Amino acid sequence: MLHIINKSPMTSVSLESCLSSATGGDILLIEDGVYAATRGSAVEAKLQGAMGKFKIHVLLPDLEARGLGDRVIEGVSPVDYAGFVDLTANNKNCQSWL
Amino acid sequence: MSSNVKKFMFVNRKAPYGTIYALEALEVVLITAAFDQDVSLAFLDDGVYQLKKGQQTKGIETKNFSPAYRALEDYDIEKLYVEKEALAARGLTEEDLLVDVTVLSRAELGTLMDEQDVVLSF
Amino acid sequence: MASIEVNGKSYETDEEGYLVNLSEWNPEVADYIAGTESIQMTDQHWEVINFLREYFDEYQIAPAVRVLTKAIGKKLGADKGNSEYLYGLFPYGPGKQACKIAGLPKPTGCV
Repeated sequence: MLHIINKSPMTSVSLESCLSSATGGDILLIEDGVYAATRGSAVEAKLQGAMGKFKIHVLLPDLEARGLGDRVIEGVSPVDYAGFVDLTANNKNCQSWL
Repeated sequence: MSSNVKKFMFVNRKAPYGTIYALEALEVVLITAAFDQDVSLAFLDDGVYQLKKGQQTKGIETKNFSPAYRALEDYDIEKLYVEKEALAARGLTEEDLLVDVTVLSRAELGTLMDEQDVVLSF
Repeated sequence: MASIEVNGKSYETDEEGYLVNLSEWNPEVADYIAGTESIQMTDQHWEVINFLREYFDEYQIAPAVRVLTKAIGKKLGADKGNSEYLYGLFPYGPGKQACKIAGLPKPTGCV
């Protein structure tokens, strides 16, 4: 299953809710959700901890827009829009944590 | 400066692009600059992301408005305050920001907010 | 949506005559828009237009008149950085008219 998060981890509980209820699969961080994938932030440890259970992706154009394209946490895989489409196509269902 | 000059503070707490707040705030700030008031900008919480260097918005086909923060000086807006704790929590330092700012603690920002005649929140 | 036609090519504008796609701008379009504003372009006009385009390139905003005046004074000298000179070139407002000719959006804070 694919989980999509578009909210900043510092202002919304979307990421936390997702991590604590989802059973595994793919997580894609988009829009303000991409801040969770940046090195040195207070949620870095939380994201690291989730890596065993989930495969975590981040939408690179959204990171670059925010000036953080060069700070992706190791182990998080950057994807472009085509990668976004592939993720939705390759998963049987999808939940957006709006 | 006459006695009808008021202290205006724009409080920015949202990241850019994900919502329209940051851009709207910037536009209101530029308009307000025409009225010769005592204007300051405060960047708290995710608002500090607005000032991150190196924004490249081509990929999301959205206007990159971050260069406009560097023009604030031309508009005689020179008081830019950034929350220290917010930078730290986001792994950012003053060097990551595209303009010169004054870094203040949350408590100091609260005091500064108290001193304003008008606070506009975004 | 309104449009103008210059040398057989059509350019989209808003209802006030500002170019919609800033990247479409070229000197011929500038000349044409100047004509609609009853302005005969001279080197002095071009100096301001080029300055505005550089300013926009750098800051992504069309400066307010006050800011433009000050910035021109800094770059081109005090004899040009004043309202009298700029209004002499662009009688209906250096902000509005010059920005339109330069292919920029209407200045932010232009009321």
